Amino acid sequence: MDFNDTPAEAAFREEARAWLKDNVPTEAELADLNLMQQSKLWQKRKYDAGWACIRWPKEYGGRGATAIEQVIWNQEEAKYGGLPGGVFSIGQGMAAPTLMTWGKEEHKQRYLPKLASGEEIWCQLFSEPAGGSDLAALRTKAEKDGDEWVINGQKIWTSGAHYSDYGILVVRTDPNVPKHKGLSYFFLDMKSPGVETKPIKQLSGDANFNEVYFTDVRIPDSQRLGEVGQGWQVSITTLMNERASIGGGGASSDFRALLDLAQTVTINDKPAIEDSAVRAKLADWHCKRSGLKYTGYRSLSALSRGETPGPENSIGKLVAAPMAQDMASFAMDLMEMSGAVWDDEDSPAAGLFQATFMAIPGFRIAGGTDEIMANIIAERVLGLPQEPRLDKGIPFNEVPTGAG
Amino acid sequence: MNFEFSDEQNLLREQAHGFLAEHCPMSKVRAVLDGEQSADLELWQKIAEMGWTATTIPEEFGGLGLSYLELAVIAEELGRAVAPTPFSSSVYLATEALLLAGSTEQKERWLPKLASGEAIGTFAISEGPSRATPANLQTAAQGGALNGSKAAVPDGDIADVAIVVAKADGGDGASLQLVELDGEGVSIRPQRTLDFSRSHARLTFADAPCEPLGHPGEGWAHTERLFDRAAVLFAWEQVGGAEAALEMAKEYAMGRYAFGRPIASYQAIKHKLAEAYVKNTLARSNGYYGAWALNTGAAELPLAAATARVSAIQAYYYASKENIQTHGGMGYTWEFDCQFHYRRAKLLSVNIGSEGLWQDKLVTALEQANAA
Repeated sequence: MDFNDTPAEAAFREEARAWLKDNVPTEAELADLNLMQQSKLWQKRKYDAGWACIRWPKEYGGRGATAIEQVIWNQEEAKYGGLPGGVFSIGQGMAAPTLMTWGKEEHKQRYLPKLASGEEIWCQLFSEPAGGSDLAALRTKAEKDGDEWVINGQKIWTSGAHYSDYGILVVRTDPNVPKHKGLSYFFLDMKSPGVETKPIKQLSGDANFNEVYFTDVRIPDSQRLGEVGQGWQVSITTLMNERASIGGGGASSDFRALLDLAQTVTINDKPAIEDSAVRAKLADWHCKRSGLKYTGYRSLSALSRGETPGPENSIGKLVAAPMAQDMASFAMDLMEMSGAVWDDEDSPAAGLFQATFMAIPGFRIAGGTDEIMANIIAERVLGLPQEPRLDKGIPFNEVPTGAG
Repeated sequence: MNFEFSDEQNLLREQAHGFLAEHCPMSKVRAVLDGEQSADLELWQKIAEMGWTATTIPEEFGGLGLSYLELAVIAEELGRAVAPTPFSSSVYLATEALLLAGSTEQKERWLPKLASGEAIGTFAISEGPSRATPANLQTAAQGGALNGSKAAVPDGDIADVAIVVAKADGGDGASLQLVELDGEGVSIRPQRTLDFSRSHARLTFADAPCEPLGHPGEGWAHTERLFDRAAVLFAWEQVGGAEAALEMAKEYAMGRYAFGRPIASYQAIKHKLAEAYVKNTLARSNGYYGAWALNTGAAELPLAAATARVSAIQAYYYASKENIQTHGGMGYTWEFDCQFHYRRAKLLSVNIGSEGLWQDKLVTALEQANAA
């Protein structure tokens, strides 16, 4: 049992470090660019040197690297803190694996290199007002017209739809069969006529995602992934990749800030950290973040041996998101009346805890709610049976629906 | 990155699992619960024959000279089986105290007997229902004679030798004293315990012959170091127990029907068991960290040990109580086995100090790391 790289891993890490040292953009380079321009500059630079999407095959813009090399690269890149690139995560992390699994060769050659280089950005058009946790209840319909499909309906919670070039889309092509069997999967040009994007203002005041409306949008049949009626299976490929991130730190920066805060503020004129109730909470959160960290290490060990990690990583989001919420709330309590102040100058840690408090409700829902994640652990890891479903085996258009 | 047990260690786990399935089924635990004996000494002898009691003892003292990773693997399986033996007292505490602070002569005298299982050791610190500190110790040694009384000494009624924490003048205020329990001036009163399969006793010393283990005035430092090491091994027993309790709850929920379907299909049950899985996974991963720190003698052992310990206490408590809850009324009967984990979880969580004590130690370690 040790934390050391194998010789091959150490050599790879050294190569990655050396390249990053010479190529990470300087502050001056980024100064006059907006976030999108910064992201594209860094992504293209990585791509040109063979450091973008390194696990992908070379012919699609990657490097043919192993899973453990990907992790090493991520660790080294993360050391530079906050390099821009979040806008590519859905395309590279979800759309690309789906294209790789289900796309035709010409799709892969056309789209994957531009996903890797950051020249084209993709979004994911899955959730609907009536299809969230029960995604397969989605209603946006596609009707065949010659070699094309005509799409009508609405998607929601679509991150980055307003700046995306392409989208992956799951729609209902047959309402007369049970819900999972009537779906098909496409990708489309987001500039197609009839696509309309409207930002959603979140409770935090930000607007990171959108509603997307489809009015007689036409998609060529050649942009279908999988067979007609096979859309659910294709969607599973996408969703598995959504939930498959490894080695998450578990809100580590928030924990360190909380520890600092507890050493700074006072309770009855003594540092808060001397209070036993405060100590108990800090200890419990440390146990969780440490447990997540070393769970990640266990998965990395499996990758390092060329094996598939076990199911233990499925706990990550379910632990990290509620914990971050509780830590933020507690931090504000420690500030007493000042906890209500959200001010870059006056708030400890420049308002980090207030910002986290307002952002976290979204994280507990996005990418599978806490409740869905618990179901996934219960069913796929522990092997417990599903709840009986009232819509099972019933044609979609006969399933009872609520007002939504 | 190789944050995993080796193939040999995993093989040992399988062997231990198979051995305990054969020699320590739940019926054996129940026999101790229902019977007059306070431990299964026949099982203890078999465990000693397997060499488990000799795991980390160097070969020169009659041991196997294996690492703490092997001991962690064995601990996990003993915890899973809720084994009714004095293993933790004799191996993680008495043996380790001798290894940590004993003179060569003391090691030569005691380690071969502890290795072979011929002698059972224990560690006596508590004097009553309060957190022990050097300042509140009453038991004292003077001129080779020990006076005072120790309570809740694990396996104290069957142990042959005890390492006793006693008051000392100067230094950190404590000394470790080695006492033979069949000697003069020692009276032993078994105490009724929550977990009948793990007895406790009150030991009273009236001019009992004793000899110091390590320098007087360093006894508290040795105790803290000993407990940091033991905490990792206790944590592995707790992780094994927590997984067994979850497994028990799962099996029952799959087979028990209510309102026409398995109760395992209700989200109220599924989410409860998913929560147990989450807690167990965190505890196991923290146990890896603790085992690594223990085995390498890392400077961060106090933090790693406290993290493993707190995590494991919480996981086993949750799994053991929710196992009963999942079983419904039958879980509350004497006849069902749920009680064993519930009893053992609490016993392990207060042996070597409570959750609160370890939370406190954990944050102290974090503060020290932050200041460094």
